[in-house]
Amino acid sequence: MELNDFKQRNIAPGYIFFEGEKAPENGWQAFKKVVKRSLKGELFVGLWIVFREMIRFDIHTIQYPAEKYEMSPRYRAIHRLLRLFESGSERCIGCGLCEKICISNCIRMDTHIDEKSRKVVSEYSINFGRCIFCGYCAEVCPELAIVHGVEYENASEQRAHFGLKADMLTPLDTFKAKEQKEFPGFGALSDNADEAVKQTPLAY
Amino acid sequence: MFETAVLVETIVKAVIVVSVVAGMAGFATFIERKVLAFMQRRLGPMNVGPYGLLQLAADGIKLFTKEDIVPQNAVKPIFMIAPVIAAVTAFVAMAAVPYFPEFTLFGYVIHPIISDINVALLYVMGVASVGIYGPLLAGMSSSNKWSLLGAARAVVQMLSFEVVSGLSVLAPIMLIGSLSLIDINDYQVGGISHWLIWKQPLAFVLFAMAGFMETNRAPFDTIEFEAEVVAGYATEYSGMRWGLFFIGEYANMITISVLVSIIFMGGYNPIWFIPGALAMLLKVSLWVFLFLWVRAAWPHIRPDQLMWVCWKVLMPLAVVNILITGFVLI
Repeated sequence: MELNDFKQRNIAPGYIFFEGEKAPENGWQAFKKVVKRSLKGELFVGLWIVFREMIRFDIHTIQYPAEKYEMSPRYRAIHRLLRLFESGSERCIGCGLCEKICISNCIRMDTHIDEKSRKVVSEYSINFGRCIFCGYCAEVCPELAIVHGVEYENASEQRAHFGLKADMLTPLDTFKAKEQKEFPGFGALSDNADEAVKQTPLAY
Repeated sequence: MFETAVLVETIVKAVIVVSVVAGMAGFATFIERKVLAFMQRRLGPMNVGPYGLLQLAADGIKLFTKEDIVPQNAVKPIFMIAPVIAAVTAFVAMAAVPYFPEFTLFGYVIHPIISDINVALLYVMGVASVGIYGPLLAGMSSSNKWSLLGAARAVVQMLSFEVVSGLSVLAPIMLIGSLSLIDINDYQVGGISHWLIWKQPLAFVLFAMAGFMETNRAPFDTIEFEAEVVAGYATEYSGMRWGLFFIGEYANMITISVLVSIIFMGGYNPIWFIPGALAMLLKVSLWVFLFLWVRAAWPHIRPDQLMWVCWKVLMPLAVVNILITGFVLI
């Protein structure tokens, strides 16, 4: 490769340049062009293509309120706070990493030490007027406590909705009905996570 | 006594034609939305009624109950009468068009034509061109620049296509020797090989193109093309007045389909085992479908291209066609 090949970055290799048709220079050429275009039947190609699509009936419409998109697990919509599957207590340990990493400064949390000398989160809120859904909070969370959901229908009367701890945390009755799904998106444990676990090397 | 019978029969036929065609025009809007949607891999209206069939009723209710706005600086009487002209001429043109072969009902022979006049073709085309006064007056009285542009385009378009449609249909008339649509139909008795489309293929193509221009359908929908002139002459219209324009356009579409079917495609003569009435319905449906099909497939052309193609290509071709037909006849 020459240096010039690297300098031309706007096109992929194998790109074919088309200069366009030459403009007719005299009347005879213009006449020939008209005759050629009229008799070539290109218009019928267009007709055939739309007719073929009608016959195939490969409809791409999603009838929205009745049908919905299956969102990818990596889709970053309104956050969820998960519970531990074993005990049902909150996964969040109040480390504050999400608050620190949030680039639009929209996460706030209050923590206190409870009677068992454990740090618990008393308040947790995300200002969704400022959140840019970058996903850093979910990525940095060491406990997979705050994750992104796939719920994209966020119309509401109040802008504070969805953003409080009570809105995001899995409700206890949902949890007891075993309807809390593990988050399969970025940062989640892989399927073979148990096999990958090794004993902590204490020998040295 | 005889006079009264004829009068009653004519009135009944007129009412039937107007109501059936108006209903078909309404239904054609639904069909158009569905066909266009399918060709674009969409579903079209689906929510009102089964498969969106009642969308028609919803549209009708909306049109009837919408506020009828007359702009401040508009010329009120002309603004209000223009849509009526567009719709009425579209229906009046159907008076001389035969739809089906004659049949007997309760021992009474019925000719499914309101009035068999000997200049039927001239009459239909004349009335259809009067219909261009609808867009013209609407656009000029609206005091809106888009409407005015639409009206200007309407005149430009009419001046261009009228020559082509008149000259192109002249060659078949020379062959047949009559302007009556019934005579034209009877000339083509005897199956597909007797259709005029085989004797006059060029006239057929030219007349079909002129028909597309006359009904303002894509690819010649210059006078109401949204991307260039908003809604053209209909920009300031709302409610049922706009609806009248719409009904007029679809009624025109049906008239042109019937005309092409009668003049070039054998009319209501039976084909093999298909009875004449059904053959006619099939042909007209095919043509209405073609109107929608072309709209889904082809881009529209500029007004200057339209004039160019009419005056410099189609009109000379039509004249040449007439000359050749004349020489062959002699």
